[in-house]
Amino acid sequence: MLRAERISKSYRASGGHVVAVDGASLQLERGQRLGLVGPSGSGKSTLAQVMAMLLAPDDGSLTVDGDRIDVWGVHCRCELRHRVQLVFQSPRMAVDPRLRVGEAILEPLVASRLLAARDAECAVLLHDWATRVGLTYDLLERFPHEVSEGQLQRACLARALIVAPRYLICDELSSMLDVSTQAALLEAIAAIQAEQELGVLLITHDRVLADTWCGEVADIRELAARSGEGEADATQRHASARAAALSALVRGRQRRAMPP
Amino acid sequence: MSALLEVDALSVGFRTRRGIVRALSEASVAIEPGELLLVVGESGSGKTVLAHTLLSLLPRNVDVAGSVRLGGTELLGLAPAALRELRARRMALIPQSPASSLNPVRTLGGQLIEGARARGLSEEQARRRLRALLGELGLDFDFIGGRYIHQLSGGMQQRIVNAMALVGEPDVVIADEPTSGLDSELVETTAAQLQEISARGASLLVITHDLRLAQRLAGWIALLYASRIVELGPTAAFFEAPAHPYGRELLRALPEREGKSIPGMAPELTALPGHCAFADRCPDRFDRCTEALPDLYPAPDGVLARCFVHAAR
Ligand SMILES: Nc1ncnc2c1ncn2[C@@H]1O[C@H](COP(=O)(O)OP(=O)(O)OP(=O)(O)O)[C@@H](O)[C@H]1O
Ligand SMILES: Nc1ncnc2c1ncn2[C@@H]1O[C@H](COP(=O)(O)OP(=O)(O)O)[C@@H](O)[C@H]1O
Ligand SMILES: [Mg+2]
Ligand SMILES: [Mg+2]
Repeated sequence: MLRAERISKSYRASGGHVVAVDGASLQLERGQRLGLVGPSGSGKSTLAQVMAMLLAPDDGSLTVDGDRIDVWGVHCRCELRHRVQLVFQSPRMAVDPRLRVGEAILEPLVASRLLAARDAECAVLLHDWATRVGLTYDLLERFPHEVSEGQLQRACLARALIVAPRYLICDELSSMLDVSTQAALLEAIAAIQAEQELGVLLITHDRVLADTWCGEVADIRELAARSGEGEADATQRHASARAAALSALVRGRQRRAMPP
Repeated sequence: MSALLEVDALSVGFRTRRGIVRALSEASVAIEPGELLLVVGESGSGKTVLAHTLLSLLPRNVDVAGSVRLGGTELLGLAPAALRELRARRMALIPQSPASSLNPVRTLGGQLIEGARARGLSEEQARRRLRALLGELGLDFDFIGGRYIHQLSGGMQQRIVNAMALVGEPDVVIADEPTSGLDSELVETTAAQLQEISARGASLLVITHDLRLAQRLAGWIALLYASRIVELGPTAAFFEAPAHPYGRELLRALPEREGKSIPGMAPELTALPGHCAFADRCPDRFDRCTEALPDLYPAPDGVLARCFVHAAR
């Protein structure tokens, strides 16, 4: 389980503090699909970056499958960071403009020395992931400024999934994508969920999408008020039959996968 | 009344290591003053390239053919000084990626005022207008003014570039995903702001993946697929019943409908087929679809559709 407890984070800026996240607790189980909604500026992306170990909170704790995180950002162990992957809201700001799209997808593997860029496996992996996220091969040789915003976003998703994370956080993945491509990516994520119990946190402004795709939907404004009061009440249960059926399915899978 | 913005047989190709990327093929549209044209379609189909071509913002490795006229003046090949003047005074762009379109090492206040001054507003007018526009969007100009762009959330960055584009009452507004990162309330406010400047007589081109916003904004719609306009008509008619199979399948992918993707992938733009580019994925495909390239044929309700189904009419 990815467990964030009473996370607080404020930013220092000219003219005072901005409290971005105020004592929010959120938990994501393996295999789960959790939606996170809330108005613009309510701290969703900040919480996402904390949960992905990229941003140190001022207060609160984060544990990943029982391992408590004490070190954040680049100093955090690769193995831990790879467990939780974040797809950023703005793909343009998330990739190195000097790397070709294909190199950017492989970068996390190469940087952590899991593979060398010259390895034959790299090419195989790259083509597999490109296909899964719907990128034609010609795009892989271009630089980020030579592909569209949605194409870059898909590359970022491939880059996140290539390290085989246990948890995936998608920060407004769909605002860059047409609805068919969005559906295709969610289908690709669902396929991976079925294979490897991936827990997915989907941050979105599309309430219909959250309600139909996610088993549960949490509103960030409600995470703080009830922080520490235990798990399920922090998230608002969603009643639609489809969602309930999905959750049951996921839970069943989870029980089977989890050691006693 | 003469069309304010006329785009005629516009084609754009990028020269790359892997050959020519045909990002836009023979696109023709016209937007009258006070009219709103939505551009929707598959990611990578050429929407942003269209927007950037209208504003001559393309990189150097590009070949452009066709014409773009604003009030009768040809914009393609216009001298840089004249172009800058025209862009500053009459045209505005809301870029798809707000964060990368502002200066990261300057606070926002100065940049916003400077942008408004370039549109011919006095410092005093600029402040007043910006304060009003940002206020409608729930942001305080004085608070925002002292910050850097990276200190704002994605949705706030979006609101900043929206306000910056609308500040000078431009004649032409090109908005590339103006509501990304915005919650439903802010989407509504943004839609109202766009409609307001449209009502004042500006020509609007709005690129969006948000089909609910598209339906709400109404006006006209152009559907793009693999570098071509495949459907062009009144937005209401499109949502009633798309004339092109791609449009129909796209609407079905909405989460409130079936939420399923269209199987297959769009072709590489470096190797576009000589026949209908959607044929591979089209449930209605027949022999002719893989033999020839369809024109834009008249379909019911004043719609044009690039599909042989409508060729016989
Ligand atoms: N500088 C460039 N060099 C080569 N190809 C480019 C360049 N810029 C864009 N392209 C390609 O042109 C096509 C159209 O790009 P464009 O940015 O217009 O897509 P879009 O419809 O706006 O997509 P999205 O919805 O994802 O933003 C894409 O396939 C893209 O990869
Ligand atoms: N690097 C930063 N410096 C200062 N303030 C920031 C920074 N990043 C975000 N903020 C502020 O924190 C708040 C929450 O931002 P964010 O988590 O991005 O919101 P959301 O993703 O919910 O839209 C906003 O008020 C934003 O302006
Ligand atoms: Mg955000
Ligand atoms: Mg675009």
